[in-house]
Amino acid sequence: MEIVLAIAIGALTGAGVWLLLRPRTFQIIMGLSLLSYAVNLFIFSMGRLGLAIDKEPVLRPGLPQDLQHYADPMPQALVLTAIVIGFAMTALFLVVLLASRGMSGTDHVDGTHSDDAQEMP
Amino acid sequence: MTTTGIADFLLHLASPWMPHLMLAPIALPMLTAALMLLLREERQRLKLGLNVFSTALGLLVAVMLLLWANQPGATSAMGVYLAANWQAPFGIVLALDRLSAMMLVLTSTVALASIVFAAARWHRAGVHYHPLFQFQLMGLAGAFLTADLFNLFVFFEIMLAASYGLLLHGSGGQRVQSGLHYIAINLAASSLFLIGVSMLYGITGTLNMADLARSIPQVADADRGLLHAAAAILATAFLIKAAVWPLNFWLVPAYSAATAPVGALFALMTKVGIYTILRLWTLLFSNEAGPSALFGSLWLIGGGMATMAFGAIGMLGASRITHLAGFAAILSSGTLLAATGFGQNLLTAGLLYYLPSSTLAVSALFLVADLVERWRSDGPPPDDDAPFLAPDLKTYVGLNLDEDQEVLIGKAIPAAAALLGLGFMVCTLVITGLPPLSGFVGKLAMLTALLNPLGLGSSAGTQLGTAGWLLFGLLIATGLLALIALTRAGIRYFWAQHERGTPRLRVAEGLPIAMLLCACAALTVQAGPVIRYTQATAHALHAPATYINAVMSAAPKPGPVTPAPENVQ
Repeated sequence: MEIVLAIAIGALTGAGVWLLLRPRTFQIIMGLSLLSYAVNLFIFSMGRLGLAIDKEPVLRPGLPQDLQHYADPMPQALVLTAIVIGFAMTALFLVVLLASRGMSGTDHVDGTHSDDAQEMP
Repeated sequence: MTTTGIADFLLHLASPWMPHLMLAPIALPMLTAALMLLLREERQRLKLGLNVFSTALGLLVAVMLLLWANQPGATSAMGVYLAANWQAPFGIVLALDRLSAMMLVLTSTVALASIVFAAARWHRAGVHYHPLFQFQLMGLAGAFLTADLFNLFVFFEIMLAASYGLLLHGSGGQRVQSGLHYIAINLAASSLFLIGVSMLYGITGTLNMADLARSIPQVADADRGLLHAAAAILATAFLIKAAVWPLNFWLVPAYSAATAPVGALFALMTKVGIYTILRLWTLLFSNEAGPSALFGSLWLIGGGMATMAFGAIGMLGASRITHLAGFAAILSSGTLLAATGFGQNLLTAGLLYYLPSSTLAVSALFLVADLVERWRSDGPPPDDDAPFLAPDLKTYVGLNLDEDQEVLIGKAIPAAAALLGLGFMVCTLVITGLPPLSGFVGKLAMLTALLNPLGLGSSAGTQLGTAGWLLFGLLIATGLLALIALTRAGIRYFWAQHERGTPRLRVAEGLPIAMLLCACAALTVQAGPVIRYTQATAHALHAPATYINAVMSAAPKPGPVTPAPENVQ
C-alpha cells in the first residue's frame, strides 16, 4: 500500500510541477490542481504511526481509544481545510486566468505570444 | 498629559479586558468586514467611514497590547489565550509577546495611513475594496498572534486571498498580468507550506509551536534528516513571502502594478515572511535545540545577502519610483534576513529596530510615488525623443546645444511640490540609512552589534567572521547604491522638470504620508526606549524557554459547574 501511495504522490507531483512550468495559463491551473492533490495525499500519509490501514475512522464502543486502533484524525482535519482553501484559490485563479485571456487575447502567462517575443526581444 | 501619562491611562484601560483583548486584532476586522459585506456596494461612504473607524480602533487596541506586553515583570511579558479553553498542545492558542505586539502596531499604523490615502480616490476604483482590506488586516493580525502552525497556514491564506483581490483592485491589463504570476507563485508556496507542516506533524506529532520547540531536541537521530528537510521546505514557503533572491521576481511587477494604498500595505506583507522566520527559527532551532541548533543559519545569511545585492542593483536599474519602492522593499527584506541568520542577541535587537523604520519608509514611498506619477501625467506628455535629433536621427542644423543663459534668480517652488519633495527626501534618508533619521539608527545598531557581539566594551577579543564582514560591507554598500538611485530619481522628478503645473495635493493624501514619516521621526526621537524594547524582544526570542513555558503551562479556565447528567444511557 505504501509503495502505491508513494508512486501516486510522486506521479502527481511530477506532472504538477512540469505543468506549472509550462507557458500556458491553462496548463498552470492544471499543474496547481495536480500539485494540490499530491499535497493532500501526502498530508494523509503523514499521520502518526504511518498509514492508517484497516483502522476505524470514527469511535466504536468497545474499542480502546488510541491510535493503534483508530485512524489519526489530525491529518484528516488538515486535509479538509487544505482542500477547501485549495479549491477556493483554484476558483479564484480561474477567474484571473479568464480575465487575463480576455484582456491580452492570449493564454500565454506573460500576456504576449511567445513567437512574437522571440522575434522582438 | 505627558506620554507616560497617556501610556498609563491606556494600560489602565486595557488591563480589565486582558487577555480577551488579544482576540480583538483578529475579531475586529473580521466583524467589520462581515458587516460591510451586508451593505450594498453603493454605500461607499458608510463603508469608508466604518473602515477608517475600525482601523483606527485597531491601532488603539494594538498600542494597548504593546503597552501590556511591555510591562516590567517576566510573568506578564506573555499573553496566552486558549481560544477553545483546551490545554496548550490540543486547542487553538494565541500568544502575544513583544514581537507580535510590535508587528501589530506596525500593521495598524501602515493600514491606517493606507486607508486614509485610499479615501481620497482609490477606494472607488473597484468593488469590495473595504471588506477585502479588513480581511487582509485580519489575516495579518492572525499570523502575528497565532501559536500553532496550522492556524498560521489558515491566516496566511486569509491574508493572501484578500491580497489577491486587493492587487486586482482597479483592474487593468498590467494588474491582471502581474496578479496571475503573484497568485501562481503563492499557490505553489502554499503547497510547500502544507508539505512542510504535515511532515513536521508526522515527525513530532504536534503542530503547536511551543510543543514543537520542546520536542525537536528529542527527535530520534534517524528522523533528524527528515526533520531538517521539513523545516527547509517550510522555510522556503516563508522565504517566498519574504521575497528572498531568487524567489522574488514576482514582487516588483506586482507591487508596482497595485494601486498605491495597496502597494503601501503590501510593503508590510514581505515582513510577515520575515516575522514567521524570526519567530519559528529562533523557537525551533535555538541554541538549546541540541543537534539541530542554528540549523540553516548560513542559508539565511547567504540568501539574505544575495537579496540585499539584488535589491540594491535593482534600485540602480529602476526608473519609476514604484519600481524603486519595490526594490527597496526587497533590500530591506534581505537586510533583515541576513541579520536574522546570525542568531545574535544584539544584532536581532538592531534588526527589530530597522524593521518598522524601513517598512514605514517604503510604504510612504509607495504613496509618494503615486502622487508624483499623477503630477507627471498632469502636464504635457513626457517628451521621450532626443531633443537635438530630427526623426531621421540627423542633428538639426544650427541647433545650439549649450543651455540658454538665464539670469540666476531663485524660482519659487510651489508649496505642494515642496512638501512632496520633502516627503521623498525623508523616505530617501530613512531607506538609505543616512543620519539623522531612524534608518541611520537602525543600521548603526546593526553595525555596532556586528562589531561588538557582546555589547559595547565587553566584546574585546571576539572575531568578526567572513560572513560578518560581508554583511558589514553590504550594509554600507547597499546604502550607497540606494542613495545613488534615489538621488537620481529625486533629481529627475523634482529638480529637473519645469513644464508642469503645481501638483494638487489633497489633505487626505498628504496626511498619511506625513503620518508615516512622523512615525519614523518619532522612532528616531524615542530611539532609547525603542531600542530597549527591541533588546528585551531579542532577549526573549533567543531564550525560547519563556515562550515555551508560558504557552505550555497556560491553564484552561474551569467551566461552570454542571450537575451530573442523571440518566446515563
